[in-house]
Amino acid sequence: MPTLDINGKPIRVDEAPDTPLLWVLRDTLRLTGTKYSCGMGLCGACTVHVDGQPVRSCITPIAAAAGKKIVTIEGVGESRAARVAQAVEEAWRRLDVVQCGYCQPGQIMSAVALLEENPRPTDADIDAAMAGNLCRCGTYVRIRAAIHEAAKSLA
Amino acid sequence: MTILDKLAAEPTTPSQEAHIENHSRRRFLQGVAGLTLAIYLPGGARAATPASSTGPLFEPNAFLRIGVDNSVTVIAKHLEMGQGTHTGLATVLAEELDAAWEQVKVEGAPADARRYNNLLWGSVQGTGGSTAMANSWEQMRRAGAMGRAMLVGAAAQKWRVPAAGITVADGVVSHPASGRRATFGELAQAAAEQPLPAEVRLKSPQEFKLIGRHVPRKDSAEKVKGTAIFTQDVHLPGMLTAVVAHPPRFGARLKRFDAAKTKAVKGVVDVVAVPSGVAVLAKDTWSARKGRDALVVEWDEASGYQGSSENIFARYREMAQKPGSIARKDGDPEAVFAGAAKVLKAAYDFPYLAHAAMEPLDCVVKLSADGCEIWNGEQMQTLDQAKVAELLGLEPEQVKLHMLYAGGSFGRRASKHADYVLEAVHIARAIGGKAPVKLVWLREDDMQAGYYRPAFHHVLEAAIDAEGRLLGWRHRLVGQSINADSPMSGLMKDGIDLTSVEGAATLPYDIPNLVVDLHTPQDVGVPVLWWRSVGSTHTAYSTEAFLDEVAAAMGQDPVRLRLELLKKHPRHAAVLRLAAEKAGWGTPLPPGKPGERRGRGVAVHESFRSCVAQVAEVTVQADGSLKVDRIVAAVDCGIAINPDNVRSQVEGSVGFALSALLYGAITLEGGQVQQSNFHDYALLRINEMPEVEVHILASAAPPTGIGEPGVPPVAPAVANAIAAATGKRLRRLPIDPAELKA
Ligand code: FES
Ligand code: FES
Repeated sequence: MPTLDINGKPIRVDEAPDTPLLWVLRDTLRLTGTKYSCGMGLCGACTVHVDGQPVRSCITPIAAAAGKKIVTIEGVGESRAARVAQAVEEAWRRLDVVQCGYCQPGQIMSAVALLEENPRPTDADIDAAMAGNLCRCGTYVRIRAAIHEAAKSLA
Repeated sequence: MTILDKLAAEPTTPSQEAHIENHSRRRFLQGVAGLTLAIYLPGGARAATPASSTGPLFEPNAFLRIGVDNSVTVIAKHLEMGQGTHTGLATVLAEELDAAWEQVKVEGAPADARRYNNLLWGSVQGTGGSTAMANSWEQMRRAGAMGRAMLVGAAAQKWRVPAAGITVADGVVSHPASGRRATFGELAQAAAEQPLPAEVRLKSPQEFKLIGRHVPRKDSAEKVKGTAIFTQDVHLPGMLTAVVAHPPRFGARLKRFDAAKTKAVKGVVDVVAVPSGVAVLAKDTWSARKGRDALVVEWDEASGYQGSSENIFARYREMAQKPGSIARKDGDPEAVFAGAAKVLKAAYDFPYLAHAAMEPLDCVVKLSADGCEIWNGEQMQTLDQAKVAELLGLEPEQVKLHMLYAGGSFGRRASKHADYVLEAVHIARAIGGKAPVKLVWLREDDMQAGYYRPAFHHVLEAAIDAEGRLLGWRHRLVGQSINADSPMSGLMKDGIDLTSVEGAATLPYDIPNLVVDLHTPQDVGVPVLWWRSVGSTHTAYSTEAFLDEVAAAMGQDPVRLRLELLKKHPRHAAVLRLAAEKAGWGTPLPPGKPGERRGRGVAVHESFRSCVAQVAEVTVQADGSLKVDRIVAAVDCGIAINPDNVRSQVEGSVGFALSALLYGAITLEGGQVQQSNFHDYALLRINEMPEVEVHILASAAPPTGIGEPGVPPVAPAVANAIAAATGKRLRRLPIDPAELKA
């Protein structure tokens, strides 16, 4: 029975070890900010941080996440990445990035991970870090602008 | 005996409080606290009354609730699926109410055709056709103005001063002469006793403080935090999640299934047959999915669809040989074509397209002894409500709808047959209503279960006379009707589905001899549906790409020729001029790196009563790969209620349309859909997104659509830019880079 460290809390779950982390988060723990969209690692809607790295939770079995620090959109504002997360969320709100909003928790988790590692990303850095996150509403222009804006506010 | 009689007869389940158990947002379904001011509009010709949280809160046309806590709640009759409808509706109402934007909240309206119908759709409540702002403009302004008048009336009575001396600004009612002030909350109770004003004065545009300015979206904060609730996120006590095995081809039926292995999967609770397939119900989504993987199902495939995209296009090309039903005819095209000095001709193919919203289809249903509750991001509230009621043998009022956000829709949730909603209800009924059911379509189900943008074949011809004038235009379209079997069949005129020919039969160009005709193939067997910007998704492409070709053949500049032909259409001409000017049309494009070919192209199109022109700049590599560098758009959508949202919608439309142009195709082979997920139905990614510049034409006209009109010009503008760069005219979508190799 694996124990998961989610948003700083140890949580025992009794799902099979090959169960994708996504469904444990969403259905068992009801942390529904992390979204399901493709289930195949193709869209990034399910992005969470595992030991600070952006990870597709839909293709991450809980066995692979056990013993590591898992952070979801619900906890990122109080995580080690809190300062960056707050700047990113603020920029997202200021620029009204969202449309339907369904992809946005995943976008934000990827953006926070990018800025944690690279405080002044170029457009090419943004392309590389964010190309795994689909947005059907096409909010990409604003995602790019919001990442630059968050970077500026953190400088 | 209906299922509900049965439930009433055997009360086996303890009644469950229908609240959403969700750690992201616990307070979701809390009741309304405090006294409220209910605003009645004409039709409910009586004074407003204070409402308690138990009584029926509002009668006809209730859009506003002011709480003693000083909150202003705007009731939104339209779905928020990304286009900013909630913010737009609230802006318009708050403007006339003179509320402070910060005190305004938005709540989704229940299903009610009487109070919340779309005024452009008769008695139907629903969201689509970019009508949300257009139909609500007057209604929401009046609702706000009445609220304001009643607050002023209450203050005048309380302070014993003439109403004329009272001002309202930013949620505060003041009497400057005496220095008295009160918040809306302080006046709410007294205002609720005020008589309904017979007349209200609406502001003139110069008085607007919110409309036309930047106001932040109301849904930003919760969507950024991940606390916004989509159907996918609903958890009800005791709820089961259902994943359905659908037949592998449209129209195939279930022969038999063996659920033994499925029932052995941990978490699986039940397996039931429903008309659309076999549903596996489990405690969670993953178990349901594993259960479905283990299911042994046999289908009667002989009854199912056996065709292919290639057959369909071959049939359409064949049909296009003969004239179809005439949608529009001006002058004498036959004579002009017979005597033309030059005739140009081009044929275009457009594939089926999936909506592929990021939130796959889903719906939550709870049956009880006296009704049915639905949690969903509903695009067709009252039509779905009526269909559910019919299925369950209930009155529509017994079907209660809880409106949630939709994680995109683009038309898919405007299901003409309520397909996924009824599937969820069937499942809930098949298990005897013993648990609430959340139906979840996995991405593959969403991609393969049909209801696509119909495939179309177009043939266009232009006649040019000896003096080089464009005198004749023939346009033939072949494609399935979306509306024929829908509740919108009123949009059929003499066998012609107006949405099949919109943008073609409404060609704005002044060409004296013109004919547009349509073939509507029957029994194709592939379900089709409205898809963001509907007919204009293909008609804008064929007309604007072909006109560009005609301009080239005539040796004319594409912008100049269009302006020449648009003398009777000043809105089109104005956006075209603005886009061309802002894009630097006529100035040389900076060259690319060695081996790169660059080009600029233009298109203009009217849809949903808005006019949009776009100039695209592209770079084509030697290997045929393509980058769209920049789109400059100019928009006339009447008064821009929220200019930032207009820009955001056009930016998003660019991304949406480019996905279709570059990658979008649902293809059928041997009767089966070939695509299943984002690896074979690709969507645009951030690295492929162009810069987008949006210019809004100043207008004093009432607002027209903005959710869709940004889409149609994108693909033809890019195609025309590609032609400028490479000389290649692309007539089959999506683009095949092999055609663009140097
Ligand atoms: S849901 Fe995990 S990448 Fe799409
Ligand atoms: S905001 Fe709708 S998918 Fe990104």
